[in-house]
Parts: sequence; structure tokens; C-alpha cells
Amino acid sequence: MSLQGRAIVIAQDDVDTDVLYPGAYLNITDVAQMTQYLFEGLDPSLRDELGGDTALVVGSNFGAGSSREHVPQAMAASGIRFLVGKSFARIFYRNCINLGLPAVISPEAVDAVLPGSTVRLDLDASTVAVDGGTFPMMSVPAFMREMFAVGGLVPWVRGQLDDIDATTRVG
Amino acid sequence: MPHTLAEKILLAHCDAEDVSPGEIVMVRCDVVMTNDISGPMAFRAMEKMGATKVFDPAKVVVVPDHFIPAKDTRSAELQKLLREWSEAQGVAYYEQGRGGIEHTVLVEEGWVVPGSVIAGGDSHTCTYGALGAFGTGLGSTDIAACLAAGTFWQAVPGTILVEFTGEKARFVTGKDLILAVIAEIGVAGGTNMALEFVGPGAEALSIDERLAVANMAVEAGSETGFFPADDVVAEYLNGRSERPWAAERSDPDADFAGTVRVDLDALPPLVALPHSPGNVVPLADAAGRKIDQVYIGNCSNGTMTDLRQAAEMLRGRTVHARTRAIIVPASQRVYREALAEGLLDLFVEAGALVSMPTCGACFGGSGGVLAPGENAITTTNRNFRGRMGSSEAGVHLANAWVAAAAAVAGEIVDPAELAGAA
Repeated sequence: MSLQGRAIVIAQDDVDTDVLYPGAYLNITDVAQMTQYLFEGLDPSLRDELGGDTALVVGSNFGAGSSREHVPQAMAASGIRFLVGKSFARIFYRNCINLGLPAVISPEAVDAVLPGSTVRLDLDASTVAVDGGTFPMMSVPAFMREMFAVGGLVPWVRGQLDDIDATTRVG
Repeated sequence: MPHTLAEKILLAHCDAEDVSPGEIVMVRCDVVMTNDISGPMAFRAMEKMGATKVFDPAKVVVVPDHFIPAKDTRSAELQKLLREWSEAQGVAYYEQGRGGIEHTVLVEEGWVVPGSVIAGGDSHTCTYGALGAFGTGLGSTDIAACLAAGTFWQAVPGTILVEFTGEKARFVTGKDLILAVIAEIGVAGGTNMALEFVGPGAEALSIDERLAVANMAVEAGSETGFFPADDVVAEYLNGRSERPWAAERSDPDADFAGTVRVDLDALPPLVALPHSPGNVVPLADAAGRKIDQVYIGNCSNGTMTDLRQAAEMLRGRTVHARTRAIIVPASQRVYREALAEGLLDLFVEAGALVSMPTCGACFGGSGGVLAPGENAITTTNRNFRGRMGSSEAGVHLANAWVAAAAAVAGEIVDPAELAGAA
């Protein structure tokens, strides 16, 4: 599985989900509307760079704080195909995985990226290619690869529940 | 094989023969909690999973608390959806006026016992670690899986032992203990880790103070944080919860990822300056900062303990002319108890606003958001840029003594000075 996108870079560390999507807009449940407030507290002009397949390239502890899933939902709906970071905060990371939005760790790749770079994620080879260079990434556990392959936790759980139903019927 | 408490709890809630840090296991929930923000999105995802009913209605609890009372029609619609969904699913639901802030309500109402696993659609679900539970904050899709199947995936965390030694000084509270820990390990220092709070300084804390400590474990990036259960927990749960539980601790020879020691004898009140809970300084270094708004409340520090501390500072005094003080009891129970003790009257007499229980302005929802250029001091858990409204406002995190003293002085001040002047 490989994905490619044009880089948007958020270089600073410890970017929290409050600045990525401020609390005042948490009563929005329509994903298209959520995209209008993505990056609102950080730099709303980043939204102008979205469109087309995008690789979001970030620093350390990206997505700290609140569990609000509005952030990765709005990202996915805005054309962000994957994230490459130095590290991710726990709940944000989970939310990305659960939505089938790959978030991978490759400090070397992050350091090599410039805004507008072409970034290619190869999950099978465990590499991130940036313009000319290829960099290693932290290995992705099999469970998460499976999650990316099926498209996230919703289809994954649906599959599990179908299996249980089938077993019950057989039994 | 020796195990940490986190490993023991997870082992008892999954099918694995053994667990070690980094392994991904499917964890069974004892309780699944959601609110008016994570809930509606979770219900939608649950439907897409093909589930029409929750896995076990007796294990699901719903608490509207974020945009309550509804601040606009969109929020009202979410709360209506929450109410109707809860009724249709036959799950526990704490209506506005009968509950309060979710984490306070679940603890007060006996949903939380030591060793239990609680999945909550809110990052501060780690609060339940005050009672020795593995509470973990999840996003909406995770919560949908918990509602549908009763399980979530979890990489087994390592454990950082946090040892509190010595005795804390008069105006030092649980808030300062956890701020000291975050200052020590950093806002990402607990990534992939559980924090286990031990030592004589931990055992000496009341449940209210333990709530404050466990609540902010997530501010260090941790998976969760907890206190091993003891007599204080047993006494708190006596008559409150029928759920079975047993006190467990980490094996002494378990493999810990690290140890942090905080000497309470040397700990002053602390303040986290804007715009990070890790931007911690001794109170003396923050003194003199002018304050426009004081906010005492939220799931970390809106307890009776906090309100009593605030009342002691405000008794016979008035809120400074340039300052607004907003007091937010964390639950209806806390509200009534404060009412019965005369604290609410004392606050109003001092010129403070008393709010109904709500998450309110803590996350910039409603009921006290800040204008550009304003500075607040709060007992809440996050001071990220824009957290309480304008991104040009500054939020300082502190304990209730310090916050209430600032209300009187109109600036950050040592509560000992106010107490001394009385």
C-alpha cells in the first residue's frame, strides 16, 4: 500500500487539538462543515493550501490534548491522505488509525521535507520518500496495517460483528 | 512473572495469556461513557458498524455536560439526540440538573471501582485513576466500537512510577503535585505510559485531590494515570458502589519504565503559564500578573475541597473591581453540598458568579469565554492557546487557593499573604 501527497508542513512541536480545531466548533457533526474550521486556532491560511492529495508533515507530540475526532475527520475530508511526524499524541494517533488515516513516524523524513515537497508513503517497504530521498520509518504493527487495509475501525468492527453473527447462526 | 498494575488490569480484561508493553490487545470495558460532543459522532459510527443495539445497556452511561445548558440550537439538537438515543438504548442517562460534569458524576455515582476499565469519549477519562481504575480517553470511532462490541484496542503501556514523598504545605494541593510531575517529565513524557502515583505523599491525599492528580495525567501525554486502591478508596466506595473490586498494586519487582520523585516538603504552589500545562513556574514567579477572570471549576478541581478553599479566601472579602470570578461546582451533588454549607451565598456576597455544573468555558464552550488581551487564572486542566475563547487571551492554571486569592487581589498573589493580612 502506498500513498502520495504534496506536503503541508506544521513544524512546531506539541501542537494541540484545540488550535487544530477550537472548542467553539465542537457542536458541528457535519464533516464538510468541520473542514471550514480546521487549523482555525493555528493558522487558518493553511486551509488555502489544501486541495488535491496532501501529506501533512508535523513535529513531535502532534495532536496533544482533547480527544475530539473532528480534527482527523476534517483532515481526511480535506484531502489529507496521510501524516508523517516526529511523534504523535496518543488519542489523536488512535483517531487517525481508527479512521484509516495513516500516521507514521519518521523524524528523518520530516527534517527533509519542504513545503510543497512530494511525499510518498510506502507502508509495505516501511519507507517515506521525500522528493529525491528515501527514509526509514518506525515499523507499523500488523494490527494497524490491517486497519489501514480495511479502511479503519468502522469496517473492521463491522467485519467482526458479521463473523460473530455467522458463528451464532452456524451454532 | 511480575507485573505492573496496568498490566494486571489489562490482563484481567483481555484474552491474552500474558501481556507486556507494546503488545496490542483487545480490552473489555466495564463501563463505556460518552457525552454531548463525542456521543452523536459515536452513534453515527456505531450504525455504520452495523450495530443497532449497544453490547450491554447496563455498562453504558451518557452524560450531557459540554455545551449545557444548550448555548444554541445546534447544541440543543445534539442534547436532544443524546436523550433520545439513551432512552431507545435503555442506558443510564444523567439529565441536566441531575448530573453534572461526566467524570465527577461517574465517580460520585459509584460507576468507578479499582481495577475496572472505563472507556470514555473524553480525554480526561483518566480521572478515574483517582480510585485505581484504568480510565482511558478515546475518540468517537473508538467509543462506537466500545458501544457496539464492548472492546477497544490498546497497546499495553509501560509504567512510570511517580513517588510523592514528604508532606505538602498548607496552600499546596493535588493540582500542584500533578503540575510538578508534568513540569518534570514534560507534556509528552508519558507517551505510551501509565503513571502510577505512589508513596506517602500520594497515600495522604483525599479522593478530591487524587481526582485532580489523575485528571491531568493526560496532560503529560500518558495513556492513563492511577493511584493503587487503599483504605481511603475503600471508605469512599463504602455505600456508594455495589461493584466488586479488590485492591491490587504493581509487583515490587515489576519492570518499570522509569521513576519520578517529587518531594512535597520542597514544593511551593505552582502556576502553569500560557499556553501549555507544561509551562510551570513557582507561584512567586507568576505573582503580580493582572487577572481579568478567575474560573474555579471543571473535572479536575470543581470539588467540595476546591470550593472550600476558595471560600476560605473569599470569606469576608470581595472580588477585585477589575476581576470577574466564576465558580462552577462540578456536579449537582457538589452544588447542593456547597449550598447547604453556605458557600454559594458566600461567593455571591463576595461578588462572584455561581454557575450551574457544566464544562462551560473550560474548553471555550460557553459561560465565560475570554476576549483578546484578557488574562485568566483557572483551576482547569488546559491552557492551550485559544482554549477558553480568544487565541489572544492567556490562561494560567493553578489550585483553588491561588485562583481565589487572585480574585481578591486582582492579580496573582500568594494566598499566604492574604491569609496573613486577615
